[in-house]
Amino acid sequence: MKCDIVLAGVGGQGILSIATVLGYAAVENNLYLKQAETHGMSQRGGAVQSYLRLSDQPIYSDLIPSGEAQLVLSVEPLESLRYLTFLSPEGYVITNTTPFVNIPDYPEPEELLDSIHKLPRVVAIDAENVAKTEGNARASNMVMLGAASPLIDLPLQSLEQGIREIFFQKGKDIIELNLRAFHAGRAFAEQILNRLK
Amino acid sequence: MSKKLLLGVEAIGQGAIDGGISGVYAYPGTPSTEITEYIQENATAIERNLHRQWSVNEKTAMEAALGMSFAGKRTVVCMKHVGLNVAADVFMNIAITGINGGMIIAVADDPSMHSSQNEQDSRYYGKFAMIPVLEPTNQQEAYDMAIVGLELSEKMGVPVMIRITTRLAHSRSGVSLIETPRKENELSIPADPLQFVLLPFNARKRYRILLDKQELFLNQSEASSYNRFIDGTDKSLGIVCCGIAFNYFKENYPGVSPYPVVKVSQYPLPEKLLKRLESQVAEILVLEEGYPLVEEQLKGFFARGKKITGRLDGTLPRTGELNPDLVAEALKIEKPEIQVTALTLANRPPALCKGCGHHDTFRALNEVMSAYGKGKVFSDIGCYTLGALPTYSAIYSCVDMGASVTMAKGAADAGLFPSVAVIGDSTFTHSGITGLLDAVNEQSNIVVIIGDNESISMTGGQDSSAYGRIEAICEGVGVSPDHIHVLESLPKNHEKLVSLLRQEIDYHGVSVIVPRRECIQKLARRKRS
Repeated sequence: MKCDIVLAGVGGQGILSIATVLGYAAVENNLYLKQAETHGMSQRGGAVQSYLRLSDQPIYSDLIPSGEAQLVLSVEPLESLRYLTFLSPEGYVITNTTPFVNIPDYPEPEELLDSIHKLPRVVAIDAENVAKTEGNARASNMVMLGAASPLIDLPLQSLEQGIREIFFQKGKDIIELNLRAFHAGRAFAEQILNRLK
Repeated sequence: MSKKLLLGVEAIGQGAIDGGISGVYAYPGTPSTEITEYIQENATAIERNLHRQWSVNEKTAMEAALGMSFAGKRTVVCMKHVGLNVAADVFMNIAITGINGGMIIAVADDPSMHSSQNEQDSRYYGKFAMIPVLEPTNQQEAYDMAIVGLELSEKMGVPVMIRITTRLAHSRSGVSLIETPRKENELSIPADPLQFVLLPFNARKRYRILLDKQELFLNQSEASSYNRFIDGTDKSLGIVCCGIAFNYFKENYPGVSPYPVVKVSQYPLPEKLLKRLESQVAEILVLEEGYPLVEEQLKGFFARGKKITGRLDGTLPRTGELNPDLVAEALKIEKPEIQVTALTLANRPPALCKGCGHHDTFRALNEVMSAYGKGKVFSDIGCYTLGALPTYSAIYSCVDMGASVTMAKGAADAGLFPSVAVIGDSTFTHSGITGLLDAVNEQSNIVVIIGDNESISMTGGQDSSAYGRIEAICEGVGVSPDHIHVLESLPKNHEKLVSLLRQEIDYHGVSVIVPRRECIQKLARRKRS
């Protein structure tokens, strides 16, 4: 098993919660893991990325070589296009469609979504909306994790347990909300992936 | 053996605790901050009540660490690369005094300048001070080296530097921990009462001792398990891999390397291993993160030996951090075509948070300064440095901690009017106070704005040494109380801040204006917990 994922977003969007769940599941399944994060200046609303590498063999580089990532998982549409160079020819882009506009030259939303849908293998999901339907837009990151989960070779139970772990202190309701959000994202992606196959 | 998922910086923190330190000393700076934060939150560290408060700056941190070492205890002092410039005075001299309790100087460099004003390579400082330097390849080595480094430090009688870079600092991986953390040292004073007295007669003696130890350090490097010769059958090329560059090499040759390799993670450079490589191969490629320190050393001034390639000759870029692709290119490995998008991707640089008090300061400042034209505001290192970017474009300098005050003074000396400094609360206590005293002593015509968000915010909201002390410090330094003003930085106080700025620009002398409001990130965290 070998899975390289580029996690993308904007500083403050909390992509690290996705990485933490995946990290938990990887450790539980005795996989090797490396996860390079962005700390510091860019966390102030700048473009941030995390390189997550899972494997049953030792991993050397903390960075993913270009053209080798199975997934670009982005919680923001513009950011999903920034890391295409990392994606393998068979790789998927999983992205949220809700723009985070904090720059003056942000592209026109239609043009942006057009570019995303032109990609050969893409799952684009309005994660905020899906999360809102499940109870709270703040669970959108778990919708995104759910949407990526069919493409990551980790047991479903380990991912669910990972979600329980990171929200443990927030109580049962928050855990349930995030699990529902995860499954809603997963169901949405499975439909699209079936069509792609 | 227990295993933990740790960032490189956290691994150093855990290693320091398990290696028996009695305290950590540091000033926050990306990418080194979380070494200290990890120790601050660690259960063993809390139970042992290890020293773990932030220091005012890197110099005070290293001096306090030296005091702890003098008293026989083990210690770690942490900083980012430019922080070592601040501590350079004590740093250079610790090599000569030597230590009593073991001492690690953990320095995190930032190649590519992700969060820094330069990408200086701390290995040069290690060489300059003539002390052993450890450069871990991965998180496990970072952990192990903190423990081994403390032992090496006591064995060699000098501090040992651990040098990491951003990528290892902020990457997480599994780390196996030792079963039982080592106990702390007992209190003891140095056997030689003159060891730490660098009067010329004794400094000469101590310096000779340091020089005599160089051979010992070299022998340690030669024997170190962190430095290895890995054989290969293709002798057309030999590779020298330093620190994490080894990973980028292995990423391209995950199995057996065709070329012989010397992996370097302990300095001074292991001469015998490198000579063995040189004797076997036609040419050598040096892979190192940072400046071309090893390449330069191997090449020598006249470059008469075998061909040495790396960052100096352009085989690898001279600047920026390495990655698997750059190393593949240097090894002439073909990469497949990659995907691109036709859309032009707008950059997304960092920006001040929505609702941050610095917005209010820059709005007022720009309104006032519009009457005087550009180039009259000096600034400093912190979140407010983002005021240099549009839409504010309000500041014209960011050089080193505290330089806003002194540059404003120098410009005023030259006749610039008005001359304004914008500095943060923590940067002010880090290195701004002494400059303010210079200005007071000469009655320089400057206005100093201390943007007080009651926190060290850019690095994640650590406690600021300036908290609750700014007015008293300014008054103590000699700024007239009539020209020290504090107001809450809120949109409703805009007119008030504008008129205060105008009033103090018109005053001929040193004025301090303190717009104050808690960092909104810190406020949000406080409300969540």
